[in-house]
Amino acid sequence: MSIWEYANPRAFMGWTGKALPLIWGLGIGLTVLGLVWGYFFTGDDFRMGSTVKIIYLHVPSALMAINGYFLMFVASLIWLIRRHHVSALVAKAAAPIGLTMTLIALATGAIWGQPMWGTWWVWDPRLTSFLILCLFYMGYIALWESVSDQDLAADLTSILAMVGSVFAVLSRYAVQFWNQGLHQGTSVPVVTGERSVDDIYFIPLAVSMAGFFFLFLALTLVRARAEVRARRLGVLIRREQMA
Amino acid sequence: MMPELGKYAVEVTAAYAVSLLLLAVIILWTVMRARRVKAELDAAEARAGKEAMDA
Repeated sequence: MSIWEYANPRAFMGWTGKALPLIWGLGIGLTVLGLVWGYFFTGDDFRMGSTVKIIYLHVPSALMAINGYFLMFVASLIWLIRRHHVSALVAKAAAPIGLTMTLIALATGAIWGQPMWGTWWVWDPRLTSFLILCLFYMGYIALWESVSDQDLAADLTSILAMVGSVFAVLSRYAVQFWNQGLHQGTSVPVVTGERSVDDIYFIPLAVSMAGFFFLFLALTLVRARAEVRARRLGVLIRREQMA
Repeated sequence: MMPELGKYAVEVTAAYAVSLLLLAVIILWTVMRARRVKAELDAAEARAGKEAMDA
């Protein structure tokens, strides 16, 4: 069976329907476990005090804000090349979840920044690129809502997703690119593997990151399934009106 | 049971409150919309099936 057959709407509804209970369970379970572990069972950091507990929300949400846009980029690319409707609908479904993750990252960052840096906001490369990413998410959602022709909307939003992906990359690597600003470097560098976070904090953080990943996936699949159904509903309603 | 948050209690509590509120909103919105669309589609398919039977 070709991988593209999973993008057939009927096949997509079938396998996602079977996988969703497990993905929901992992998403809710790991998120609750990571947050409870981090909030209740980890101590204070010697410099940051109890604000270190914000890391269990800030890092996972920032991670999913960037990776959510990457998912939209890949899904949009598949739509533009292969014209699979489900891929366009997955990109559409992921946007509100990505926006929520971006808002959580910005809010927790500001709340964390105030006691640590003495300011809620600074035009630091990472913070600024993250704010622009947030605006791209909003623009993407607004563009989908403003075009009634769904295929045209998918084309236009796909191009916007391509352009915005530049800022998703900048958000991730802004610290390395400019090496200035208040925001610290990456806590968990994937490439080097040299962590600046002790295991006491890293293990619940890793659990929380896994939880946010599965939560994002579950929400995206539920929304994508609703979009597939809404598309079918639109066809039936048009048929009723023509009869 | 409650951790001692010291002088940063307001900041830590606010960060968790805002985040959990946003997560709750997106989860509830997503689930409610999915249920509404499914119910509307089921109703439309039932109507289409009935029309096909009547024809």
